[in-house]
Amino acid sequence: MMEINDLVVNVEGKTILNGVNLSVLAGEVVAIMGPNCSGKSTLAYAVAGHPKYQTSGIIKLNGKKIDDKSPDERAKLGLFLANQYPVAVSGLSVNSFLWQMHKKVKSSQLRVTNLVEFRKYINELAVSLNLNLDLLKRSLNDGFSGGEKKKLEILQMLVFEPKYIILDEIDSGLDVDALKVIAKTVAKTAIKNKIGVLVITHYNRILKYLKADKVIILEKGKIVKTGTGKLAQDIEVSGYKNEI
Amino acid sequence: MKYKYGFSMPENNVFKAKRGLNEEVVTTISKIKNEPSWMLDNRLVAYQKFLEMPMPNWGADLSGINFANIFYYVKASAKTEKSWDDVPTDIKTTYDRLGIPEAEKEYLGGVKAQYESEVVYGSLMKRFSDQGIIFCGMDEALKKYPKLVKEYFGTLIPKGDNKFAALNTAVWSGGSFIYVPKNVKVDLPLQAYFRINSANMGQFERTLMIIDEGAFVHYVEGCTAPIYSTDSLHSAVVEIFVKKGARCRYTTIQNWSTNVYNLVTKRARVEEDGIMEWVDGNLGSKVTMKYPSVVLVGPRAHGEILSVAVAGKGQHQDAGGKCIHLAPNTTSRIISKSISLKGGRASYRGLIQINKGAINSRSKVVCDALILDKKSRSDTYPSNKINESKSILEHEATVSKIGEEQLFYLMSRGFTQDEAEAMIVNGFIEPIVKELPMEYSVELNRLINLQMEGSVG
Repeated sequence: MMEINDLVVNVEGKTILNGVNLSVLAGEVVAIMGPNCSGKSTLAYAVAGHPKYQTSGIIKLNGKKIDDKSPDERAKLGLFLANQYPVAVSGLSVNSFLWQMHKKVKSSQLRVTNLVEFRKYINELAVSLNLNLDLLKRSLNDGFSGGEKKKLEILQMLVFEPKYIILDEIDSGLDVDALKVIAKTVAKTAIKNKIGVLVITHYNRILKYLKADKVIILEKGKIVKTGTGKLAQDIEVSGYKNEI
Repeated sequence: MKYKYGFSMPENNVFKAKRGLNEEVVTTISKIKNEPSWMLDNRLVAYQKFLEMPMPNWGADLSGINFANIFYYVKASAKTEKSWDDVPTDIKTTYDRLGIPEAEKEYLGGVKAQYESEVVYGSLMKRFSDQGIIFCGMDEALKKYPKLVKEYFGTLIPKGDNKFAALNTAVWSGGSFIYVPKNVKVDLPLQAYFRINSANMGQFERTLMIIDEGAFVHYVEGCTAPIYSTDSLHSAVVEIFVKKGARCRYTTIQNWSTNVYNLVTKRARVEEDGIMEWVDGNLGSKVTMKYPSVVLVGPRAHGEILSVAVAGKGQHQDAGGKCIHLAPNTTSRIISKSISLKGGRASYRGLIQINKGAINSRSKVVCDALILDKKSRSDTYPSNKINESKSILEHEATVSKIGEEQLFYLMSRGFTQDEAEAMIVNGFIEPIVKELPMEYSVELNRLINLQMEGSVG
């Protein structure tokens, strides 16, 4: 279980999240929705351990307190953040990056032990995401389109094999086909590997393919409403103002 | 930082000149080598030039060099051996620890090993010598091929070119001589390995390469020295003649210990359709001043300078390149990447000159600097002299720091901060590293990662 208790987050002296409590069970999909500037992305970064976000409160992963850990330590405990704005690293090829990541996070139980087999494995995953294989030879996220970056985040997630994932507006800037393949891949993987998913989004459309067990509405740094998947549909029809 | 090559061996010299420099020392070096009189005369004139010329004051701080405290000639072995077994034990042990004999077996076409002032070991694959390729020490070349040496020696870098070229011409010893006959392609790299062992040593090798029409060679050199509290001086001169349609690639991985002043003059003259490529990695030394140059004298000649410099604690890497276009349709490219960390300083200094009449010539300069912490520094000193309006010069320069967002992104994938920084740095120099032979690219990445250990800034 991922547990967040009384989380307060300050960024550059400003309080963005003010006492958030939530939990995500293994295999559960929890959606965080809310208007702009409600603190949704801040929640994602704070849980993943971005140094710019000062937190108080408690964040636990499977009973282990992680709020004082560095991002890499959190990752090694099985937490994966799919970023809204994936960062480019020039000269670091996607293939090499994925291989190093695989060795890092799966150190004790490598899926494949040699580079040739690994390439084959990666290529299959890329094909399943409808991702152009040429991208794997290029520098990480360097000059990639919005959709390509998001698909690569999901490819990384598949290689990473996390226990908990946070999808930070993975659906923004995606066309319908890309949205569908990404959402379905996450849904399938979540069920198969019993992954807890925290999906942060503005829109209900991703939840059509990735069914949320719980929908939480965040506004001005606080949770203002919790409901089922129906809540997301209602918001789509009548907007945040009428539902909160 | 752990400098793996910082060990030294006891001195068992055959001959060691007195400390300091005067005409007597210059004459002694020439006498020991039993040189023709023209070379001695050349040395003595160069020595006068050296005395007359002022210290260059436009670049790195050289005030720490004490010319009177240096040993200008040290002979550690009686002769150049053709088998490692015959090399004196201490010297052989040094090269064993540097991994040279092993490397030779695996991927080199020929090897020269210079220890202090003299070449102590030399080899060339039989199939190459059968094709007429010459790869020997410069001193041996002066004896065996006097006409060829006299025809080219000092014609590209004259003794008055700069103070350190004058010094080298006065006291030079060792270095490589390469001649590749017409249309012969040397498909394995030839390697030279330069080692300083004793303290306050001055190493002044002299390299001359003639790549005849349509031929190709890749020459690789590596340099290391022990760590001493006092300074040593390495001042080489390298002259390369690339004939019509020939191609030469010259790769240097300089990893001197951080008590060495490394002041080197390198120049290539490229005839029509010829290609000269300098690949230059500067990791070690206290101060490096080195600007490999290409003089494009024939139509369609091409010059390329790829350099990567890492300046760590107490280091100043003042490196770059010069491209001089003298003929139509000539092209050149300089790609310079520098990394400064732990208070180090990396400077790019370059010249692009396109003379009147060199129509349709093109040059492109890209210099990128990566600064890892607030204590470190990077500067760029580009100089352009364009006297032909029908030519194109492009110049791009970037200075970057490792961003918080890049670090967080990689760390959120399970990499520690050190690992994430190393990935960013290795990515930064990748365009240069991919040009190196595999063994060297691995070594370069390893050396840089070593430099970066604990460099969290």
